[in-house]
Amino acid sequence: MSKVGIIGVGQSKFVRKYPGSIRELAFEGFKEAVLDAGLTVKDISASVLCSAPEYDKQRSPAAIVAEYLGLNPQPTFYVETLCSSSSTGLKLAYSLVASGVHDVVAVIGLQKMSEISSAESQERMGRGGDIQWESPFGTMMPAYYAMYAQAHMEKYGTTLEDLAAIRVKAATYGQINDRAVYRKSVTPQMFTDPDDMMSGPVASPLRVGDCCANADGASCIIVANEEKARRFSKRPIWILGIGAASASVNLTGRDLFTGLRVAEQAAKQAYAMAGVGPKDIDVAEVHDCFTIAELMAYENLGFAKPGEGKELIRSRETYKEGRIPINVDGGLLSKGHPIGATGGSQVRTIVLQLRGEAGDMQVKNPQIGLVHNIGGVGVYGNVTILGNQ
Amino acid sequence: MRKSEKQEDVRFGKFGTVSFTKTTRVNDFIDYLENGKIMASQCKTCGQIFFPPRADCCQCLSSDMQWHEVTGTGKLVSFSELKFAPIGFDNDLPYSIALLDYGDFRVFGRIDSRLDTAEVKIGMAMVTVANTLANGQRNYIFKKA
Ligand SMILES: [Zn+2]
Repeated sequence: MSKVGIIGVGQSKFVRKYPGSIRELAFEGFKEAVLDAGLTVKDISASVLCSAPEYDKQRSPAAIVAEYLGLNPQPTFYVETLCSSSSTGLKLAYSLVASGVHDVVAVIGLQKMSEISSAESQERMGRGGDIQWESPFGTMMPAYYAMYAQAHMEKYGTTLEDLAAIRVKAATYGQINDRAVYRKSVTPQMFTDPDDMMSGPVASPLRVGDCCANADGASCIIVANEEKARRFSKRPIWILGIGAASASVNLTGRDLFTGLRVAEQAAKQAYAMAGVGPKDIDVAEVHDCFTIAELMAYENLGFAKPGEGKELIRSRETYKEGRIPINVDGGLLSKGHPIGATGGSQVRTIVLQLRGEAGDMQVKNPQIGLVHNIGGVGVYGNVTILGNQ
Repeated sequence: MRKSEKQEDVRFGKFGTVSFTKTTRVNDFIDYLENGKIMASQCKTCGQIFFPPRADCCQCLSSDMQWHEVTGTGKLVSFSELKFAPIGFDNDLPYSIALLDYGDFRVFGRIDSRLDTAEVKIGMAMVTVANTLANGQRNYIFKKA
């Protein structure tokens, strides 16, 4: 198959409440990516918009965004896989380019979570699972992930301190990422101080500090075929492997509660396609919507054996200086998690790392990077492997 | 409405503290629930048992299903006690959601709120029991076996 490169990346600041409309938010990530790629809007032959529609007031937002960004009359596609929408969009763009149907495709991710009221948001929160058979019991995203945390702690002896340590690491890098919504430091003591917000119970065993925050934000990734990639970009970053999987929404269809099968399956595909293994990965972005999600990712991606994810964080191997730096941009925990924009933001971080342009967050001379982006509680899983060769 | 028009079957609206969908082809589940029975469905063609019950078999594509009662005990796979709830569930707080493994199928639901959380342990044997909620709605809960 012909090579597909990433030639431009962009991301808005992730903020609590964006003071503009969704089309304007999309523009912020898009402009940065177009300038980064060194092309003009006319060079883009198709666009893919990625967002979770329950937060959009605008029906069929792909059209309004394409109009605002000057992407008419090129075709535009709308993709949704919850929190993994924009890495699914990347897979679609990859397919469009690799097949020869399009030469340059923009993947635009966005979410203005503040578009709806907090009451509306709270109502939608309850419909995150299977609305026929689970939601009537009063379910929420944190509670589903909490069930995984409970099972992981029971089976492997993972502790609340291990989970807190993941949040502490995220905050270490959130402080140096000016695009992040949460810029403050977090200490382990905050999790044991009953008066500190971080220690507040959400869904046992998860606490406020174990959960990422809602945010408004946009991202954009521009991909191109090999010829266009080499023409426009001095440093194209190549998509070496791209895997995706799905699993039952209803937990009754799951056979594993200490990890996510979709992540294992997507990783296996991506590694096989790239011809590399976990040991070859120099830097990674994983979907840490909750602390336990990052810990499970260590294991599902093969950076640690099942049950040994805790050792990676205890030994600080996932810090910038460690064996496998993970989420050294603050992750979802500090950057914030604007659903449809998240995957694109993760890809942007890895592209900047592989180009050596990650500033204070730069790890030493990485060649191969990995992005793990999960939709729902392991309903959708995308793993993408990027390289600078 | 014309007399000849059949009334919509909205029995499923009685399921859970807040129901999000009222019509389903497995609405008889509610009648069984009101009579104290928790039912799975079984494909008459290939024998596969499904919980939650479904009207169609994804294994052999048959829609010829029969009811199969959930009996005996399941093992607690995991659980979580919620301190915050979505809209409409505030009055139930705190409550625990959980999953039981029955071997051939699994059941997702709530743990009996009268059970002390200190007594809840992964791996424990539990039974699934029909329950009437304070607001008159129906669901099922897990009790210590
Ligand atoms: Zn069948």
